[in-house]
Amino acid sequence: MNDMTDGEKGLGENPREIVLRPMAPIVPATNIAGNSLMFVISIMSFLACLTLGAVIMVQDTANSWQSQISREITIQIKPESGMDVDAELAKARDIALSFSGTTGATIVDTAATARLLEPWLGEGLDMEELPVPRLVIITIDETSPPDFAGMRAALDDSVKNAFLDDHRTWVDRLVAMANTTVIIGLCVLALVFIATVLTVIFATRGALSGNHHIVEVLHFVGAEASFVASKFQKHFFMIALKGALAGGLGATIAFAVAGLWANARIATPESDQAMALFGGFSMSAGGYIGALSIVVITAVLTALTTRITVIRTIMEIDLIRSDPTRSI
Amino acid sequence: MIDFDNVGLRYGMGPEVLRDLTFEVPRRSFQFLTGPSGAGKTTLLRLMFMSLQPTRGFVRVFGQDITTIPQQELPKLRRRIGIVFQDFRLLDHLTTYENVALPLRVRGKEETSYRTDVMELLKWVGLGDRMNVLPPILSGGEKQRAAIARALIDQPEILLADEPTGNVDAPLARRLLRLFLELNKLGTAVIIATHDLSLMDQIDARRMILSGGRLEIYE
Ligand SMILES: Nc1ncnc2c1ncn2[C@@H]1O[C@H](COP(=O)(O)OP(=O)(O)OP(=O)(O)O)[C@@H](O)[C@H]1O
Ligand SMILES: [Mg+2]
Repeated sequence: MNDMTDGEKGLGENPREIVLRPMAPIVPATNIAGNSLMFVISIMSFLACLTLGAVIMVQDTANSWQSQISREITIQIKPESGMDVDAELAKARDIALSFSGTTGATIVDTAATARLLEPWLGEGLDMEELPVPRLVIITIDETSPPDFAGMRAALDDSVKNAFLDDHRTWVDRLVAMANTTVIIGLCVLALVFIATVLTVIFATRGALSGNHHIVEVLHFVGAEASFVASKFQKHFFMIALKGALAGGLGATIAFAVAGLWANARIATPESDQAMALFGGFSMSAGGYIGALSIVVITAVLTALTTRITVIRTIMEIDLIRSDPTRSI
Repeated sequence: MIDFDNVGLRYGMGPEVLRDLTFEVPRRSFQFLTGPSGAGKTTLLRLMFMSLQPTRGFVRVFGQDITTIPQQELPKLRRRIGIVFQDFRLLDHLTTYENVALPLRVRGKEETSYRTDVMELLKWVGLGDRMNVLPPILSGGEKQRAAIARALIDQPEILLADEPTGNVDAPLARRLLRLFLELNKLGTAVIIATHDLSLMDQIDARRMILSGGRLEIYE
């Protein structure tokens, strides 16, 4: 509109003409209230984006736990005196493979079993002397897992001392824990988000309160409420967008730095543990979309608050009409 | 243009500042509104500007009862009224030129369409070389002239001026009075609140005198 800069102004027809500066915007460009609003908004969007990132990270990790653990199941066979363990193992493997949904089955041979037990029982173990249970490791197709109950029944029928462990209890417990973590994270996110909303609303109103006389003069020289509101709205939207972008960018950079730091120590056992627990410090596409929507929501919310506040201010100015105790 | 019918006004629980006012401001008329300080001149102008409602009686502006005008229609009616506030109310972040152009700007007009008009009016009120100055730097008289120019710029149907010559010397006051008369010839009804007797003596115009809350009119 006509409050935009107009470069050709003042180069007028008459050379003696005074050179006018480009029309200043109706809403004063910068002031302390505007700057502190920007600062508050950037802090709040930084916190909200950071919380969102953390929640997404925990959720991703929980999902990966769930899928990794259930990718394998095992059949245990306890040896008994007079039992041909190897034959039973082979039978168990064949039964498992006969089910659709299993992608492979390997018998853990005596050497491998000994190696597994080495840390506890020492080297040079004679497997024949110990009734150590033997394992068949079955890899399954996660997308269409085999019928565990059917497999269990078939094993009971034809293999002695077989026990099918589909890690259900373990997985269930982990999933429950992960879900709790995610729910807590979502609650924290909701709280941070509500705090952001309230802060943005009150900070915007604070920044606007210094502009009461401008709203009033504009109104008295004949500006419509919507005109005044749109000027202020545009101005504060830009302030909020800058602040929120800075905050969102800050959070993204914080995640990137944490990721670099984690990668630099990737070889150490501590970082392996951290990785296993928290997953990588990388934000997924969902994280970026979430951060972007926090930025947009914050800016839109500020603009909306501005609009409502300005229109309400004008309504109050006109309300004074019917309440003469209040001065202009 | 403006009709008052038995109007009374009190601020809160205070005494009635205005009492039983019945008069009319005819189209294209020119009048002074005078009276001692605190008599209620500013209050009366606020009633005419629809920024105050009477506690009793009726005020009609452009034929409409001001208590029943919906809020959305106020800006449109106010655009037909030019007002000079006693305390000027210029915006400090806008230059003199921008302040005077403000009424046109809020009506959505292009700057190129009014630039020369604004500059000419500013020259007429003696602010030709103060166009790029911000109000805090202007002298009291300069601010007053800027406020007058802002009220005149869109050739209103009614001009309400509250002490428009209170801060200027006699020659400049005469010059401003000429400006108001010229505007009046172009069809604007003018109401000038003042207690400057020498100003009123210069022309033979209707005088509305407020005292003790009542109004006497000398045609
Ligand atoms: N907002 C208000 N609330 C309460 N009383 C008010 C208010 N505004 C004005 N008054 C009172 O109303 C009376 C008339 O005030 P007003 O400003 O209309 O006088 P005035 O004639 O314009 O005076 P001056 O010549 O000094 O400008 C005064 O006694 C003033 O104290
Ligand atoms: Mg007054």
